[in-house]
Amino acid sequence: MAYEKFNILKSKGVPLQIENVDTDQIIPARFLKATKRVGFGDNLFRDWRYNQDNSPKKDFVLNNSLYSGKILIGGRNFGSGSSREHAAWAIYDYGFRCVVSSFFADIFRNNCLNIGVLPVQVSVDFLSKIFKEIDNDSNSELEVNLKEQKISIIKLRESESFDINPYKKNNMLNGYDDIDYLINIKEQIRIFADNTFL
Amino acid sequence: MSKTLFDKVWDSHIVQQVINGPDILFIDRHMVHEVTSPVAFLGLEKRGVSVLYPEKTFATADHNTPTINQHLPIKDPLSAKQLKTLENNSAKHGISYWGLGHKKNGIVHVVGPEYGITVPGATIVCGDSHTSTHGAFGAIAFGIGTSEVEMVLSTQCIMQIKPKKMRININGELGKGVTPKDVALFIISRLTTSGATGFFVEYAGNVFTSMSMEGRMTVCNLSIEMGARGGMIAPDKKTFHYIKNREFTPKGKSWDKAMDYWQTLYSENDSVFDKEYHFDAIEIEPMITYGTNPGMGIAITEGIPKADTIQGGASTYQKSLNYMGYNEGEKMIGKPVDFVFLGSCTNGRIEDFRAFAEIIKGRKKAPNVTAWLVPGSHKVLTSIKEEGILDVLKESGFELREPGCSACLAMNDDKVPAGKYAVSTSNRNFEGRQGPGSRTLLASPIVAAAAAVTGKVTDPRILF
Repeated sequence: MAYEKFNILKSKGVPLQIENVDTDQIIPARFLKATKRVGFGDNLFRDWRYNQDNSPKKDFVLNNSLYSGKILIGGRNFGSGSSREHAAWAIYDYGFRCVVSSFFADIFRNNCLNIGVLPVQVSVDFLSKIFKEIDNDSNSELEVNLKEQKISIIKLRESESFDINPYKKNNMLNGYDDIDYLINIKEQIRIFADNTFL
Repeated sequence: MSKTLFDKVWDSHIVQQVINGPDILFIDRHMVHEVTSPVAFLGLEKRGVSVLYPEKTFATADHNTPTINQHLPIKDPLSAKQLKTLENNSAKHGISYWGLGHKKNGIVHVVGPEYGITVPGATIVCGDSHTSTHGAFGAIAFGIGTSEVEMVLSTQCIMQIKPKKMRININGELGKGVTPKDVALFIISRLTTSGATGFFVEYAGNVFTSMSMEGRMTVCNLSIEMGARGGMIAPDKKTFHYIKNREFTPKGKSWDKAMDYWQTLYSENDSVFDKEYHFDAIEIEPMITYGTNPGMGIAITEGIPKADTIQGGASTYQKSLNYMGYNEGEKMIGKPVDFVFLGSCTNGRIEDFRAFAEIIKGRKKAPNVTAWLVPGSHKVLTSIKEEGILDVLKESGFELREPGCSACLAMNDDKVPAGKYAVSTSNRNFEGRQGPGSRTLLASPIVAAAAAVTGKVTDPRILF
């Protein structure tokens, strides 16, 4: 599925200073019954965000009007557990275009890249700086520059570079998708398949 | 450089290497279920493409199915629609569909090996992180997202950056009451829930070679719980014996040809791993988790670790203990238990039911415990009946349910209520995993059995 191109994103950040945020928290299993990709943002972090009577939990960051923006900042090992792409969809559908953490789980990272959410892995120190800065000033903005592979805390004039596979980077900059690429080499795939025996 | 088992299988499946990009891997077997596939099929429609090799894809309904009264219409309209959608998509694209009530129905990672869909040296994917289970046969098997499901349906390929390689060696003799589940929970507790992220793991050593295929599946299944893309074990005589003559395994000359390949599947002596661990079997005891990720496990006789001995953030640790209603330093033995769940792709196989039955035989279910015993498949269910295990269960006051993922992820009605404690043979103890507010203690089938008959966390070794 095609997605918006990603180039430079300048936005406030929403801090979720918790480690090992698993995809069951991002979107609990009972909200995976849909057959279409719509409305997942409403249930993003459902059980951290709402009480069982559906009233908002006041102390959760998404319910705090101080914080908003298109960048979600999470603690170490973000997105562990279930492979559900619904977690990435929920993040996208809510309005985030970038997740920053000091470490990502593999499948979640892939899922994000496949749907146009940029996972930005920063050092532990830089992550602490971001959390600290947003804690000091919730209006402080971050800039994520994909082309230059650089993330900056604008006010502090501090930046750090981040890694991304060159192929995946090119995809995100242009809104390309893997399936289009693969469909274009179908003949090569058929030849390969003809020689398999399992 | 000499190749590892993983290199051999991976490299032989590369269709193309994208310059400065991922490898394009050919996928031999693709399994789909109702939850992570509908949007992928919609994607095919939008692109106007069909499934390239429908005979290489197998569909089953498991995540979202009831475990009682499967002969009746599904009450939840959303669940019913999801199953119907998979049925329609499978029919439209010519994919075998083993839906509810079908004799081959069951959890995707249980039925794959049962029918010989899983074979050594193959690449196997499914939109489910526990696809790593199939690595027990020496296959490269891993979980994928829905975009990747669409990728495999439309092109039988997937784009992946080759992970790093890790080997975990365990030698020695396992103690009494120490099962493959304990071995896995032990490893995860040592490596942490993210300790193998970025790696594909090979398990080696006599502890794994002497395990049954079911035991190997349990170990490989849990690879993802330490962040690994997958885990695998070199195929051996036991593997070949297990798969021979199953419905979808090669036959006759094809079998001989496959065997020639399968017998080359091991890591060369001088092959190099990016990371290697060695443990001694004697270190491993029956395990149980006390927190909200599978890395938070301890020997059942131990106390809950103090915050200052834990790597990582103290606030996250405290949040986890608060959720569980536990304090650091407390012993797990004797903790109250409200629910026991035997089942899932981790421990829903016949061996698990045999082990459970052995402990409960001649004892009664504790009155304070609600027990959900859910076979991984119809084949497992049939064996439970044929082997007389059902009679043992009934005698002790237990009921057997119908196959499915059930309370492992609680998408159906099998939900543990808020605040209640469940000893579960499944794979995840995340907050709310078994129902909103539920509290999960992961353990082996025999620790679950001990809890079921005593009504509290109990060292199963006192019941032998």
